[in-house]
Amino acid sequence: MALTHDDVCRVARLARLRQDEAQAQSMLTELNRIFALMEQMQGVDTTLVEPMSHPRDVAQRLRADRVTESDRREQLLPLAPKSENGLYLVPKVIE
Amino acid sequence: MNWETVIGLEVHVQLSTHSKIFSGASTAFGAEPNAQACDIDVALPGVLPVLNAAAVDKAVRLGLAVGATINPRSIFARKNYFYPDLPKGYQISQYEIPVVQGGSIDILVGEQPKTVQLTRAHLEEDAGKSLHEDFHGMTGIDLNRAGTPLLEIVSEPDMRGAAEAVAYGKALHALVRWLDICDGNMQEGSFRMDANVSVRPAGVATLGTRCEIKNLNSFRFLERAIDYEVRRQIEVLTDGGTIRQETRLYDPDRDETRAMRSKEDAHDYRYFPDPDLLPLEIDEAYLAQVRSSMPELPAQKRERFTSEFGLSVYDANLLTGSREMADYFEQAAAGLGGQAFKLVANWIGGALSARLNDEGIEITASKVSPVALRALVERIVDGTISGKIARDVFDAMWSGEGQVDEIIERRGLRQISDSGALDKLVDEVIASNGSQVADYRSGKAKAFNALVGQVMKASKGKANPQQVNDILRRKLDTGV
Amino acid sequence: MFQLSIADLSQCLARRECSSVELARLFLERIRTLNPGLNAVITLDEERTLAAAAAADRRIAAGESGPLTGIPILHKDIFLAKGWRTTCGSRMLENFIAPYDAHVVEKLDAAGMVNLGKTNMDEFAMGSSNETSWFGPVRNPWRLSAVPGGSSGGSASAVAARLAPCATGTDTGGSIRQPAALTGICGLKPTYGVASRYGMIAFASSLDQAGPMAKTAQDLALMLNAMAGFDARDSTSLEREPEDYTRELTRPIKGLRIGLPKEFFAEGVQPAVTKAVEAAIAQYRALGAEIVEVSLPNMGLSIPVYYVLAPAEASSNLARFDGVRYGHRAAEYTDLTDMYERTRAEGFGAEVRRRIMIGTYVLSHGYYDAYYIKAQRVRRLIAADFAAAFERCDVIMGPTSPTTAFELGSRTDDPVQMYLCDIYTIAVNLAGLPGLSIPAGFDAAGLPVGLQLIGDYFSEARLLNVAHQFQLASDWHVTMPSSFAA
Repeated sequence: MALTHDDVCRVARLARLRQDEAQAQSMLTELNRIFALMEQMQGVDTTLVEPMSHPRDVAQRLRADRVTESDRREQLLPLAPKSENGLYLVPKVIE
Repeated sequence: MNWETVIGLEVHVQLSTHSKIFSGASTAFGAEPNAQACDIDVALPGVLPVLNAAAVDKAVRLGLAVGATINPRSIFARKNYFYPDLPKGYQISQYEIPVVQGGSIDILVGEQPKTVQLTRAHLEEDAGKSLHEDFHGMTGIDLNRAGTPLLEIVSEPDMRGAAEAVAYGKALHALVRWLDICDGNMQEGSFRMDANVSVRPAGVATLGTRCEIKNLNSFRFLERAIDYEVRRQIEVLTDGGTIRQETRLYDPDRDETRAMRSKEDAHDYRYFPDPDLLPLEIDEAYLAQVRSSMPELPAQKRERFTSEFGLSVYDANLLTGSREMADYFEQAAAGLGGQAFKLVANWIGGALSARLNDEGIEITASKVSPVALRALVERIVDGTISGKIARDVFDAMWSGEGQVDEIIERRGLRQISDSGALDKLVDEVIASNGSQVADYRSGKAKAFNALVGQVMKASKGKANPQQVNDILRRKLDTGV
Repeated sequence: MFQLSIADLSQCLARRECSSVELARLFLERIRTLNPGLNAVITLDEERTLAAAAAADRRIAAGESGPLTGIPILHKDIFLAKGWRTTCGSRMLENFIAPYDAHVVEKLDAAGMVNLGKTNMDEFAMGSSNETSWFGPVRNPWRLSAVPGGSSGGSASAVAARLAPCATGTDTGGSIRQPAALTGICGLKPTYGVASRYGMIAFASSLDQAGPMAKTAQDLALMLNAMAGFDARDSTSLEREPEDYTRELTRPIKGLRIGLPKEFFAEGVQPAVTKAVEAAIAQYRALGAEIVEVSLPNMGLSIPVYYVLAPAEASSNLARFDGVRYGHRAAEYTDLTDMYERTRAEGFGAEVRRRIMIGTYVLSHGYYDAYYIKAQRVRRLIAADFAAAFERCDVIMGPTSPTTAFELGSRTDDPVQMYLCDIYTIAVNLAGLPGLSIPAGFDAAGLPVGLQLIGDYFSEARLLNVAHQFQLASDWHVTMPSSFAA
């Protein structure tokens, strides 16, 4: 199952990665070499095997419903490239 | 052509926890922007989510209340998309295996009962808010709401019109408040509805293409948005057009829906199990514990109000509109018997509701307590005051003039049931209203009521009306 | 002095033969003079370091010290250390000052360790040669034209050159063990969940694990004592009784059953590597160990499985780098989407972009089952192979890397060749097992060879015992690159 140029453009858009045509071309070549490697998996019979998401089979631990965090705005907002009036600023969002 | 409307609702219920679903930041409404967005909510590099037990508890409550299956093992997944109010670039939600599956909610459409099936209810985190006021052509992002726990309750496409959708929305709203899992504050966005609307020619079995109207935060908007959308779709189809599956927004100012521009891209959310969270396991012991701490549900209470208190279905429905109102009724009715229950119900549905409405306050803030209302009803039942006088007493109680008995005594409102005193009053009225007496005796029945009115007036309303009737008729008819 | 192990330095401090401030100055001076040729350390903050050393000296004076108090350490730049620049080897975080401490950093600070600085690494830990860093490649002190391995290549190179007694690392597919092998030091990847991931910038959440890098197995045990432990802020952190990882060091290994998987000695392994590993195993046999042949039939699939799962998780983990709340933002853009796309294209290097592309693709509509779910199923088969092998042996041994250190630039044009570097380490992460690499000799060119030890879940104390016993009987681990010995 080889990727197409369209696949590479679609995936780059989904991942929000700008690429020019030359980058798209070389990405396509590299990805197809990598995906050729992955084809090895397809020959393995896994019909009765459950997918494994975690290395250990344990259940989620729950946190008591307590407010433990205090106001961090003074520490965190200055990390932002652009902020004003306590808000993070981004190019206009159109709904 | 006749068209049938098909509606399914997705309701985002903000769960009333103290802290967020995956962080220890406060969920209190109205803080300074970003003052309640901690390291985890801002998605700093390296931070990790841990699930809030109270969010799980509240989801399970809803599940048990609607008779759903609680999955013994449910999975948190990442829904990946870029949006500035979504700090991680993904929303933690539940996808393939939600915590609550199935269940149903009974609604009344007018007088018609109907059951709406639920598909599922899943836990997820809320996003932040985009503030569109102009910051030099930019948008401001407030992440205080990011990470607030949501329960998304998804119905089957079981509703056939705006009225049913509104009835379902209201029933669900009442239920989540009843269960104390959501504050129900619609202005603050605690209960937000998305409506999936489609139309099809009557008699056709397959569903038409649907549009999703997002973020309706009042029942009025829900109704109007659906009505508009149904008209729009029918118009398009009648003109030979086709409906495009899309997400739309309702604009209350123009009373119309429009396609959302930001959602035009076909989405590919790339859901996968969140590797930072493990499967949520819920065992029988936990379910038993939640079950034992559940309040009596509205349906159970309605049933009991009709059987135990002899109330009509209408009254039982009214009184179970909210848990607070039902509690008020039960406290007011405690220790009473027979006819008194009906009286208490009437007072709550009548004078009390009117007052609450006028002043825009909740029943829990009522200025007449359930115990005080009970005392008032007791005085009506034992004949101390008439129902009419009781209205004045109620008003006086509402204005803080004191207890029932104090008011009756201070204002001298005790009903006159002493037949000697009433005889005297009746005699005086007969003596001074000769023409009306003559009218009555010549067969004009209406004159009798006027004479009763005169007696009541002379007693300043305190005469026992039944006795006045009896005495007056006896004296007029027999002269004794 | 710079040659001494943590255990020996600790003795010196206890006997007041040196102070922590003196140790800090010694290593800072070595970094100043020797690091320019290696590029292993990318951030220093002398003032903070010396303040921490002075505080450690006060603790020692007050008799409140532990075995790590006053010992200098370097942290891989994937760990947030409050007030320190934390870059993860990326332009995206070039100027990011961490506003909080990673759990591992917090614990090592609490033990009294003195943070010397932050080490270079492959960008977002994606690489096996340390050539993907925004801050330039790290060089191998054994041969400056060769790579140190990756992604914890800065930590490995620094410890090998004795710029610090020890360092932290992280291991997602071999990122502690492979650079340890290529630079002749020791590195341990604990069982998944033993050390908290809080404050460690995520690459692939279900595989990432922090671990110690040092000169001896004993030092790894001392460090792990401080690094391990339950953290309520990490849902995957395991709630276990704390253990002393040094407790078994002195246990004799007579009767130890060493499993040798035939798949570890397949084609493609450099003869010098095979030779060194076989010699090490012969030595174990001389110490009383038994050799058992085992098989890991699905191990060959670990690379394809890993290169589906790790990029999938990474593509999502790295979505938060969007130029909104912290990190790089493109200088010019026309609208929101343009801002995102330019910011991310500028902020991420080629290898990171490639893996985000792989991950996004395998999760996208229509490919999820064929790639992601399939890989998760095969992952379970790989884990089951290990479970079966551990029925028959106590520890699995083999090479850490199929080759010794390779030349800079020799594999950068072919991602697939680069990915094959981790053929022997990746399966351990997929299963979540502990793995350890220790020096076991040199090739003809004088480049180190690493021996890999893999144990069953939570067998770290045993693995360290097995490694320590080898080090009592060999001196590979005390040999250092001569040009850095002066």
